[in-house]
Amino acid sequence: MMDAATQTAEQLRQQITATEEQLQKLKEQLASVETQNEAPGIETPLNDLSVQHPVTPGKWPLSSEEYKRYGRQMIVPNIGIQGQLRLKAASVLIVGAGGLGCPAAAYLAGAGVGTIGIVDGDEVETSNLHRQILHSTSKVGMKKVDSAISYLKSLNPNLKYNAHTSHLTPENSESIVSQYDLVLDCTDHPTSRYLISDICVLLQKPLVSASALRTDGQLIVLNSPSLPPGNEAGGPCYRCVFPKPPPAESVVSCGDGGILGPVVGVMGVLQALEAIKLIAGGKLKAEGSGEGKTDASMLLFSANSNPPFRSLRLRSRRPKCFACSAAAGLSLESLASGSLDYLLFCGVNAPVSILGPEERVEAREYETIRKEKGAGHLLVDTREKVQFDICNIEGSINVPISTLQGNRALAAEGELPSWLPETLPPDSPIYVVCRLGNDSQVVTRKLKESGLDKNGRYIGDIKGGLKAWKQQVDSSWPEY
Amino acid sequence: MASTEDISIIVEFTGGLEMLFSDERKHKLSVPAKDSKGEAITVGWLVEYLCEEVMKDTRKEMFVLDGHVRPGILVLINDADWELEGEATYTLQPNDNILFVSTLHGG
Ligand SMILES: [Zn+2]
Repeated sequence: MMDAATQTAEQLRQQITATEEQLQKLKEQLASVETQNEAPGIETPLNDLSVQHPVTPGKWPLSSEEYKRYGRQMIVPNIGIQGQLRLKAASVLIVGAGGLGCPAAAYLAGAGVGTIGIVDGDEVETSNLHRQILHSTSKVGMKKVDSAISYLKSLNPNLKYNAHTSHLTPENSESIVSQYDLVLDCTDHPTSRYLISDICVLLQKPLVSASALRTDGQLIVLNSPSLPPGNEAGGPCYRCVFPKPPPAESVVSCGDGGILGPVVGVMGVLQALEAIKLIAGGKLKAEGSGEGKTDASMLLFSANSNPPFRSLRLRSRRPKCFACSAAAGLSLESLASGSLDYLLFCGVNAPVSILGPEERVEAREYETIRKEKGAGHLLVDTREKVQFDICNIEGSINVPISTLQGNRALAAEGELPSWLPETLPPDSPIYVVCRLGNDSQVVTRKLKESGLDKNGRYIGDIKGGLKAWKQQVDSSWPEY
Repeated sequence: MASTEDISIIVEFTGGLEMLFSDERKHKLSVPAKDSKGEAITVGWLVEYLCEEVMKDTRKEMFVLDGHVRPGILVLINDADWELEGEATYTLQPNDNILFVSTLHGG
């Protein structure tokens, strides 16, 4: 049954894509027919008396459609016709077609950047749609890059779009990045951030980097001016600012920490703005040197702060930077040979495995215990309150892991924690559950260490967390 | 002999670090102008003080690792990278704003 449904969905997706492509072609045809109509010489009868000019190819640097399309931005003094022509001649690579890449790409396409490349190996998921504005419900399952480009083509068919449908790797990065003038880092992990910075330094491309989480965002323009490694007048790179990667356990993803659509949207839009400023201002190619050092700046955005924006002055190139200094240990050869292991460098957040098998139960086992014991057991849910409020298992109590880490929820020796129901018999078992089965292990260990298991009380966690609960026990469980 | 004089400073946390400090982004602190040896206090002293006196969370390693502010955290003195100001040796002045920024990675 599932297979048939999946097949139907796949057929529908293909049909939608094909129809969208057809619509796209029709729109392009219409646009070209309309452009011809506007050409002088086919004027309306009202203008019959005016002098008729034949179309002179090459008389104007842009087509009449382009003058109309970009007019409102061309009359801004910072852009002008020169800025517009620079945008048209420019090529920008957007790495990541997610919450940052979508708005950035839309504004760059709207502004008329001549060539736009997008790199991403992922497919569109329903959980992307609240912020990744180029994708839509009918495109779930489609390659993000293809989905994004189909939107961009309907926004502006005059441009050249390059689809790079696998992730950026040390091996493919030179051949991809070398095709562009400027790079936008719209990715979501330190490994890709170091890789993108390194290849931009090696190929002398300015880099506009942004990131966002929850209600905060950060923006930084790196390697600008993009002078060769060793030239101290060049802008600092990602490694100058962050020579050592953060510990893997300190890296929080949008999937775990959450993200507001407009917050990441603001940051993506700002990336597009920085790109337009660099391109239209003629600052893509670094010229001259010996002008002293260039400090970078970081822009912080915080939705709940007043004022919401704050600009920080960062350092210039680091004299011993691994990537951009005269003493750099980085080269195109070392990158291409795969001798730089970015995953190893940044570390991997391995799944937690600190409990023995006797301290863990399967979700379906817990369901049986639950029926047998009734009120004679306790289920502790360690998710943050905001997640617990979305959905929880009946009768469970919420003790967020953060309150335990803050030492607020563990009682002093010999006392019972305040969250423990007084009515619970001292030998009743305690089961601990979380979203995926990692935090629940940490909390189980903490509860045991605090002495809650004396009196022979069993304390254990539910393997695989609420995800397993959905798979094994309650298929209606809302997965968010 | 140590001075009993205090100075007021503002310490801010962003990028998730506030979670280690009672979920408060902005802390108005009054700290002694001199350390136990009678020396004027520095940002290095402040980092230690925050760890011992202000942070309630048990995860100290999320803020300080191997005796240094952990990788991935920028320290800003009045909105300038502390590396431009002498890093941990910078002597705190009254009304200084010290900002700790944890880098974000999401996108
Ligand atoms: Zn560097």
